Amino acid sequence: MGLRNYQRLLDPESIHFDRFWQTVWNTVLFVLMSTPLLVGAGLGLALALNQKIRGRNLFRAVFIAPWTLSVAVVGLTWWWMFNGNSGVITLFMQELTGSSPGWLTSNPWAWITILVATLWWTIGFNTIILLAGLQAIAPELYEAAAIDGARAWDKFRYITVPQLRAVLLLVITLQIIASFQLVGQPQLMTGGGPPAAETTPVLLHIFNTAFAGRRELSLAAAMALIVAVLMVAVSIINFRLFRTERA
Amino acid sequence: MSAGPIPAPAGSVPATADDTTSQANDGPGRPSRIWAYLAMILVSAFFVVPMLIVLATSFKSGAEVFTDPGLIPRDPGLENYEALLTGGSAFYRWFLNSAMVSVAGTVLTVVLTSMSAYGFARMEFPGRNLLFSLLITTLLLPSVMFLVPQFKLIGQLGLYDTLPALVLPGIAGVFGVFFMRQFFLGIPVELEEAAVMDGASRLRTFVSVILPLAGPALATLSIITFLAFWNDYLWPAIICQEQCTLPPGLRLLQRQYLADYGLMMAGAVIAAVPVLIVYVIAQRWVIQSVTSAGIKG
Repeated sequence: MGLRNYQRLLDPESIHFDRFWQTVWNTVLFVLMSTPLLVGAGLGLALALNQKIRGRNLFRAVFIAPWTLSVAVVGLTWWWMFNGNSGVITLFMQELTGSSPGWLTSNPWAWITILVATLWWTIGFNTIILLAGLQAIAPELYEAAAIDGARAWDKFRYITVPQLRAVLLLVITLQIIASFQLVGQPQLMTGGGPPAAETTPVLLHIFNTAFAGRRELSLAAAMALIVAVLMVAVSIINFRLFRTERA
Repeated sequence: MSAGPIPAPAGSVPATADDTTSQANDGPGRPSRIWAYLAMILVSAFFVVPMLIVLATSFKSGAEVFTDPGLIPRDPGLENYEALLTGGSAFYRWFLNSAMVSVAGTVLTVVLTSMSAYGFARMEFPGRNLLFSLLITTLLLPSVMFLVPQFKLIGQLGLYDTLPALVLPGIAGVFGVFFMRQFFLGIPVELEEAAVMDGASRLRTFVSVILPLAGPALATLSIITFLAFWNDYLWPAIICQEQCTLPPGLRLLQRQYLADYGLMMAGAVIAAVPVLIVYVIAQRWVIQSVTSAGIKG
């Protein structure tokens, strides 16, 4: 009797099975899409900020500013930008090409808008940590390479990347954990759709199961535990992978 | 004797070397430098323009949003802000709730976590290490696990849809305990021993010897905690019906005022401005808190 909720989630015949695992997959999909994007772009910005250019503290301040906002503000902002009803990006596209896709109501655009909003919101966090890592690399290494006539790409490949490895792995790990927690952006921007559950992450599905409609708290708690087990497993695999890579 | 002069050139050599290289880059590298600036300005625009669009929209009332899509409103007005903030409106209550919850939450969190962090850092008691490991373990567990149990617990305490429900679950901040403990461990024990020799109690030592030294750490913790309480979305969205804060309130606005985009954007501006002010004033500590949050993981 105590395991009934788990049966409902693990038995393919159950009506709860498909929706639950589809939303788990949606979350995994988001992790797979967002991690390379946010770590890669964060590294790009950190490298740019690590150059000697005037006003870089101001640029850095601008890049992090959205990180201080609530997901509700971020979601509402980009929901309005992409809105089919007079949203700026929609109007711009109509002006430019005569028509605009339904950004929030059709895939792949719905996912892309969520990725853009997430990039805007949290990239500053990755950038700061990676920038701190870049600044910890001894300048002597670059000077020695310059004497040997190394090109910019060689310096990046043979000095920056290996020296930054530990920080990079940390940022990747934190990004995976953060992306697993996706909930507010789709809730405010796409409502979890295009019409059905195409962009509903599992956390939103848990939220809807427990705190909306029929308020099936026990079923939601079982979902949360399965997700937690998956997340811990991913963390362990992640940790192991990076460990063997270092050894 | 010789230790003096040696570090001085060692420190200044890279600096002068940097200067010459950057000067050298100014000559032949000027076009690439202009491109770098252009790129930075474009990226900055990506971060700033959405905020400006939200701000502009918030000054347009009713149908103006559709007739005047420009970045500079033709006929700016404060109608939306007035509508949201008139006394007695739901939004006004959310705003007050956000302020009260964030201030009370920050004060309680900083007091509680710094005291318990001091205990973990300095006091000997049975089970200390076990307790601390347990705390750290909860930091590694995904927070989604706690939503349903916390919801039930708050219900059993009869606190559903109250302000304490928004404050209490957050104040036992494990990250704060971890962060402050690290800081306290770095303070030399000798400083406290002198106070204890003079007959000061534990509490007195903590308040008059340790806390004054912990200013920067307390500032960082306060700011990160304030931002967390002010911005928290998921938990208040679960627990509140009437007594909401601004983030779940924005979602209610979005559902209630179907196409009144000006009004919603004014709501977003009101929710964003306090944290942006904190950010501008305390940027150094915000950035520090990001780096320490990185260390946490």
